Order: sequence, then structure tokens, then C-alpha cells
Amino acid sequence: MTAEFDPTMSPAAGDAEKAPTPKAKRARGEFLFFALRSKKFVVSVSILLFLILLAIFGPMIDTNDPLALGDLPMRQPTLDPGNWFGTTYFGEDVFAQFVNGLRASFFVGLLGGGLGALIGMMVGFVAGYRGGWIDEVLNMVTNVFLVIPTLAVLLVITSYLQARGVMFEAIFIGATSWPWAARAIRAQTFSLRSRDFIDLAKLSGRSGPKVIVFEIAPNMSSYLFLTYILLFGGAILIAASLDFIGLGPTGGMSLGLMMYNAVTWAALQLGVWWWFIPPGIGIIAAVGSLYVMNVGLDEIFNPKLRDI
Amino acid sequence: MRRYFGRKLLTYLMTFFVAATIDWLIPRFMPGDPVAQLVSRSNGISPEQAKALVDYYTRLFGLDKPLPVQYLNFWNSLIHGDLGLSVYGHGTPVTDMIMAAVPYTLALLIPAILLSWWAGNTFGAMAARRKWLDNTALPVGYVLTATPYMWLALVLSFVLAFSFRLFPLSGGYGFNLEPTFTWLFFTDLVAHWVLPFLSLFLVQFGGWAIGMRNMIIYELESDYSRYLEALGAPQGLIRKYAFRNAMLPQITGLALQLGVVVSGSLVTEIVFSYPGVGHLVFAAIQSNDYFLLQGIFMFIIIGVLLANFIVDIVYVVVDPRTRVAMRGGTA
Repeated sequence: MTAEFDPTMSPAAGDAEKAPTPKAKRARGEFLFFALRSKKFVVSVSILLFLILLAIFGPMIDTNDPLALGDLPMRQPTLDPGNWFGTTYFGEDVFAQFVNGLRASFFVGLLGGGLGALIGMMVGFVAGYRGGWIDEVLNMVTNVFLVIPTLAVLLVITSYLQARGVMFEAIFIGATSWPWAARAIRAQTFSLRSRDFIDLAKLSGRSGPKVIVFEIAPNMSSYLFLTYILLFGGAILIAASLDFIGLGPTGGMSLGLMMYNAVTWAALQLGVWWWFIPPGIGIIAAVGSLYVMNVGLDEIFNPKLRDI
Repeated sequence: MRRYFGRKLLTYLMTFFVAATIDWLIPRFMPGDPVAQLVSRSNGISPEQAKALVDYYTRLFGLDKPLPVQYLNFWNSLIHGDLGLSVYGHGTPVTDMIMAAVPYTLALLIPAILLSWWAGNTFGAMAARRKWLDNTALPVGYVLTATPYMWLALVLSFVLAFSFRLFPLSGGYGFNLEPTFTWLFFTDLVAHWVLPFLSLFLVQFGGWAIGMRNMIIYELESDYSRYLEALGAPQGLIRKYAFRNAMLPQITGLALQLGVVVSGSLVTEIVFSYPGVGHLVFAAIQSNDYFLLQGIFMFIIIGVLLANFIVDIVYVVVDPRTRVAMRGGTA
């Protein structure tokens, strides 16, 4: 019997493949209804969209090279095009640095958070679903990596790399930030494992990986998405710290690197506030709206938390 | 009791073992040759001299021996507290340099962690389900917890130290002072301590307040709260029970947050040139001082492991269920 004709296929997996049934349509309508009424969700998504658009189109509006030295050092921000955020100690265009840095931040968040979520999901699903000694071993590994401070490991690793790309940074962050996600997903999987529909799927001869992908994952998809959002924001913050210590991508621009340069070249003592204020605002806006979106979505998905 | 702590201890020993092995592996298997880098820093030497230097360094660091021997030697010196000599410190033992910096970092970290945890939890519990307080406190909390530590440090020092000159801009104590046990030195020390402490405190405060607020709301929705409410128990009593239950995940959260806080203190110290471990990290990176960096890595790991163990003990004291489970009963 092939999977397509399997009569025991769960409704959740079936709906995704067929055209939207009335039930699915209603669920989607309900989601939109509550999403648009959640102030947290609307505000945070608007801010995020604005930042993403800025990161995509900003470098096209302000075509200045973020690292090109200019002849007007430490210029205060004005309304002149190309000088919206002023210039640095070396006459570099702060706005150009900001939008390019924002791009790098979103890239690291997307990739680093994605990789972290992927590893966390694999470890969490397998540990929670299989149980037994596999669970014991994976749990031990998770606990070990949970305790080691991420930044300390990244410090030692990245300091040995002479040339570092944004890609490398994202991969390293993803590879070290998964443990708490794995733990949370394991706990969720564990509670789903003994439900009837899982037993039914097993009885119908589905293999372990298939049960995980088609039965367990869809039933906690909202939870997985929320985990990804948190990892996304966390990756942006870790990258900023790493860049600020001086271990960021070489030859590129990032928000953390802007702050590193500002501190190294005494922006504080010279009073060049427009050099270090924008990158921080950018990070707070991006990470803060991700966190708020997380709570907003939680309230939309979980009727118990709605206070509308 | 013994089983619980035995398990925890085993995890921590494993962690230490893994961390130390990472520490040993990285310089040997990363692309790039640290010895070549060391040699390339001595300018204007002939190829023969360079070769002699390479040989010298290779022998000095024991890199000419087989890998298993190198690994055993590494553990041997680690156990004896020998982390090598610092290039940045002109040959001072790494252990001494870190030991001199650790008090400053701990003086920042311990008060910041404990006070922000206490204040954040109290405040978050107050804010939960109180409309106007929730609506104002929540956005502030989210902004604070999304703030990079170094940025808050920069802003605080720009506003309070640079513009208003209320606090000194940088350093652990005034340039005109020597560390002595005098009132003058002590007040100066405190004045330099306030801003880095504040930036660590505020960011964490936001996180704890939000965590507690969300946790309390979960608890207030739970069956036991509803039951109490139906019995007509006063709101204050229900909140008290909710708070005590919400406290437990916050203690576990404390252990999980330790690593983040430590990295926060590293970058904060860099902003203020505060003479702690973070400042040392910065100096080590700037001068490619790998021994110092790896020594600091081991120190951070040991510190975080110890702190985790303390949190475990506190958890047993606070949560009666763990003690019951340990005695073999069912909670």
C-alpha cells in the first residue's frame, strides 16, 4: 500500500496536499482575523517589513561605498542626500554603512537561526521520538553544549581564521545556538509521541522519519516557527557581539562592526554620537520586533492567551 | 540526592572535558599556522633566521611530538594550572593575568545577575494582568532585552559620562590613583563601577521582567488558579501561588542565561576599558595572543560550570518536588 492511498493518513497531512477544504479556509480566516486584531503582531510585522525593505533597497538608494573614505570627516547628519546619518571619522557615509550592515544582520539571522533550528529540530525530534539510549546520549550532548557559553567557543574558533565571511559567521552561530531549541522540541515531541494518531500511523506501517515529518512536525508547526523566530533574533545579537569584539566578517560591513569602529576610533570621546547610535537602534528594532512578533503569534495560535 | 548530583556532576565533567578538548583541537586543526603567524611578526629577518625561529617555537610548544603525547601534555599542564605565557603581557603567566582581571569581572557580574533577577521577577509579577502597567512595562521590557549590551553601554557612557560628566568615562579607577585600601580609592572604584553595572543590569532586567510576566499569565490561567478563584480566594493569595510556581522556570532560566550574561560583560568591559576579563579578551585578539585567549576560554567554562552547579543546589532547596523524587517518592 502506497502512502497516497493510505486511508489512515492524518487530516493535517491530507489538507496540506489537497485544495483548501472549507475547514482549512476557515482556519486561515481565523488566523487572519486574530492576526489583524493583535496589536503586537501588526506593529512588529510592520517594523520588520520596513527594516527588510531598507536592507534590500537601501544600498540601491544610497549607492555610496560604505568603506569609501570621504573628504568631510565627522559631518553631522543633515537632510542632504548621501548624508542622512552623517559621516564617520574617516568621512565614510554612515547611512550606507547602516543599510549594508542591516543586510548582513538579516542574512546572519536568517541563515544562522535557520541552521540552529534545523539542528535543534533533528536532535529534538529524534531524541523525543525514539527515547531510550538514543535519547540519553542526545540529551547528554545537548546538556554539554547548553552549558558551554556560545560566545566563548566562537571567540576561540574565529580568532584563528584570518579571513572570515558573513557565511562562516552564520554557520558557526547556527552550529552553536541549537541546544535550547533541541531541548524544547524534545519535550514537545515527547508529549505528542503517545497520542492515538501517532500509534495509528505506526500501525499503518509508516517509518519513523515519516511519522516525524508528516505527523509530529505539522502538529507543532506553530511552536517550531516560534523557536525559529527566537533563534533568528538571538543570532543577530550574537553576531553583533562577535563583530564588536573585532571577530566579525573581514572586508564587509555589519552593525556590530560599526560600533567596533566607533569605539576603536574614539567616537565617544569626540562626541560623534551619530556613528554608534544608528546600528544599535537597527538591532533593537529588528530583534525587539522579532521577540514581540513571537508573543503576538503565540497569542494568535493559543486561544488561552488571547485577551481580546 | 546522590543520584541527582552524580548525574549533574557527570554532565559538568563531560562538558569540561569537551571544552578542554575543543581548546586543544582548535589551534592544531584550524586552517592557518599559528607558529608561522608568530614568526611573521618579527620583521626584517632572513629566511634562515625565520626557519630557526619556526624550529624554536615548534619545540617550545611541543608541536614536534606525536599528537597523543601533545594531548596528554596539555592535560598535565592544565591540571597544574599552567596555561602558558602571554605575548600581550610580555611573558607573564596567563593564569596570573586572568587572576588579576577576574575580581573586576565578578564585581560586575554577581551584583548585576542577582539584582536584575530579583528586580525583574518582582516587577514582572507586578505587571502581569494589570492593564496600564502591562501596556507600558511590556514594550520597555522588550526594547531592553533586545538591546545589545555594548550599545546600552555606549549610550549610557555618552549621556551620563560624556555629556553630563556625572561618572568617569572609562577605566576601573582613576589614572592618578594606585590600588590601595583607602576611602578615596574605594569611592573612585565605585564611581567607575556604576555605569558598566547599570548596562548589564538593565538589559537583563528587561528579560527577567518579560519572562516572569508571561509565566505568571500562564499560571493564572491554570486549573489550580481557576479553582482557587472559584472558591473565592482573594486575588493576592492566587497571585502568591502563581508567583511561587512561576519562579521555578526562572531559576532554570538563570542557569541558561549565564553564558549570555558573561558575553555581555565581555563587550561591556570593552566599551568602558574596564580592567576585567573582557578587556583582556579584546587585548588578546588585538595582539593575536592565543595562549591568553585560550586560557580565558577555560576560565569562562570553569566559572559557568561552577555557577550552574550552584543553581542546581538552589533548585533542590527551592523546589520540594525534586527532594521528594530523590527520596524515591512520587510527587
